[in-house]
Amino acid sequence: METPISPLFIPKPHLQLLLDELRRRKYSVVGPTIDQDAIVYGDIHSVEQLPQGWTDEQAPGHYRLKRREDESWFGYVVGPHSWKKYLFPPKTTLLSAEKTESGWQFIPRSADTTKFALLGVRACELAAMRIQDQVFLDGPYQDPLYRERREQLFIIAVNCTQAASTCFCTSMKTGPRCEKGFDLALTEIDSGFLCEVGSERGREVLDAFISSARRASEGSSNDANSTNENVTSLPILDATPEQLRSAETARQQAVDQITKHMETSDLPGLLLSNLDHPRWKEVGERCLSCTNCTMVCPTCFCSSVTEVRDLNMDRVERERTWDSCFNPDFSYLGGSLVRNDTASRYRQWLTHKLDSWHAQFGTSGCVGCGRCITWCPVGIDITEEVAAIREGTLP
Amino acid sequence: MPRKPRLAVFKFASCDGCQLSLLDAEDELLAICDRVEIAHFAEASSDLQPGPYDVALVEGSITTHEDAERIKRVRADSKFLMTIGACATAGGIQSLRNWGQIDEWVGSVYPSPEFIRTLATSTAIADHVLVDFALHGCPINHHQLVDILVALAEGRQPRVPSHSVCLDCKHRGTVCSVVARGIPCLGPVTQSGCGAICPAYDRGCYGCFGPSQPANTTSLVSQFRSHGHQTEKLVPLLRSFNAAAPEFQRASEQLVILGTSSEGCRS
Repeated sequence: METPISPLFIPKPHLQLLLDELRRRKYSVVGPTIDQDAIVYGDIHSVEQLPQGWTDEQAPGHYRLKRREDESWFGYVVGPHSWKKYLFPPKTTLLSAEKTESGWQFIPRSADTTKFALLGVRACELAAMRIQDQVFLDGPYQDPLYRERREQLFIIAVNCTQAASTCFCTSMKTGPRCEKGFDLALTEIDSGFLCEVGSERGREVLDAFISSARRASEGSSNDANSTNENVTSLPILDATPEQLRSAETARQQAVDQITKHMETSDLPGLLLSNLDHPRWKEVGERCLSCTNCTMVCPTCFCSSVTEVRDLNMDRVERERTWDSCFNPDFSYLGGSLVRNDTASRYRQWLTHKLDSWHAQFGTSGCVGCGRCITWCPVGIDITEEVAAIREGTLP
Repeated sequence: MPRKPRLAVFKFASCDGCQLSLLDAEDELLAICDRVEIAHFAEASSDLQPGPYDVALVEGSITTHEDAERIKRVRADSKFLMTIGACATAGGIQSLRNWGQIDEWVGSVYPSPEFIRTLATSTAIADHVLVDFALHGCPINHHQLVDILVALAEGRQPRVPSHSVCLDCKHRGTVCSVVARGIPCLGPVTQSGCGAICPAYDRGCYGCFGPSQPANTTSLVSQFRSHGHQTEKLVPLLRSFNAAAPEFQRASEQLVILGTSSEGCRS
């Protein structure tokens, strides 16, 4: 059957059928769920695991899980995790080698067959994925694990209907509206979701889902005593003009709530032409060099590769782990630390993220998600640091 | 094949826990014995062979005149001297005496204090002799110890990261307890080594691996204070197993001064 071009309306309980359809297609569905007093990304089998009725309160160095007044399923912004953990895992074995009678035998990493379906990807996160695609896939050296997982990825985006005080996607021109890079995109309104299709793969899954929803509703109307709460007799139809207006209002609410701004007109250029600015030293005194900002950043991609072998020297594994320019050891070169103080490490991070990233990859490395602001234990705000450097710049 | 390095283990003021970590390395112990000759290890064997040693592992802090002399002899007998654990590396929990009155403490603990001869301080080994390598932790991580011993036998650099616990929390997917719960966690200023265990069990890091490089305690403590955590709670947090590590000591002393002055303002 043909899926209509205009958005469909999916009644809320039907989302479970969409998850079921993805699982039938051997996807591991991962999405937002509550753990450790936060909304994190984890395995999702049931819509019951979604943070229904919960939201997040964010400020520099501050995050609190809060109860909502309504029962929204996606009524939060972004949390401590980012999707990069699925495509660029924190710890991976790239290669191993075993000692045999005829010498060292190299064992390549076997191809990864994990198919992830990401549920609840925000516009800034779609932008972050495009940036990491450039890092890991463009150019002469592709990352094979990233490629394998990326090619199989199914993305269900969710448009933001609210913003945190730390959000500045509008400055970075990455959101809050999901415009491309998804298979399906949802906008949550009171009774359900408006669903847009972004790819052939998305259309295929949606068609199969509609068929299964139809079968389920026929089944439930034939069996008046059905107790399956996930099955509803509501049909999936084109969104009504009223539903379209509600969705537009909800999305506009996110835009209206964004208060943080980062001026980008002089980026790139501003930071690299202010390498001796006194602000670097000042922020270096506040910064803990703890690596939190780079770990939560959805675009930061640095890693370290070490050869780890067993005590008897019979087996060696090449391990790759997330690393950070804030780890002093990360700048160990030629027998000493190249960046031996926090100010120089902060400067390295910020100049790369906002300035030299443009020369390297053709875009900014920042998508305005605000994670580095929220998850900095001492609340250093990237937008304030850029503004301070601009303010103290001689014309 | 080159000669196996001769290893000695020495104990000063300590609980023996770090030495035990070597004995706890059951899976690796036989392989270690293939790589190094254990010449002096009183916890494991009464066969104590004299020096010189290639590698000395030193556990414990210096708390008596005798030990202050003994560590010099250990140093003279050893090519490579490595401290193991918070006591040897930073003075241990017993360095709390550095802020107290030793005579009063001895008098309140021992029925016959006249038999006790002790120093007024508990100090790190590095305050007395040159230390070639310091392995942090209370207790140490035996995987790190084994890696160092093998590295020494092979003449390569050991892999002991000095970054903060935060990096390990993020590898595990642990949500930051400072940001999400307002818990005063020392993770951002504490060296990696434990694998970030405590934050994964919903409590803050209490710094048993000592200060990371760098350890910006001034900034972190000022943030804790702005979250409303009181001096009375933060000083004991900083004054535990690594109380006398310079970065933690400075931070706790700054707090005491700040606490006193703010009380002065209130009165």
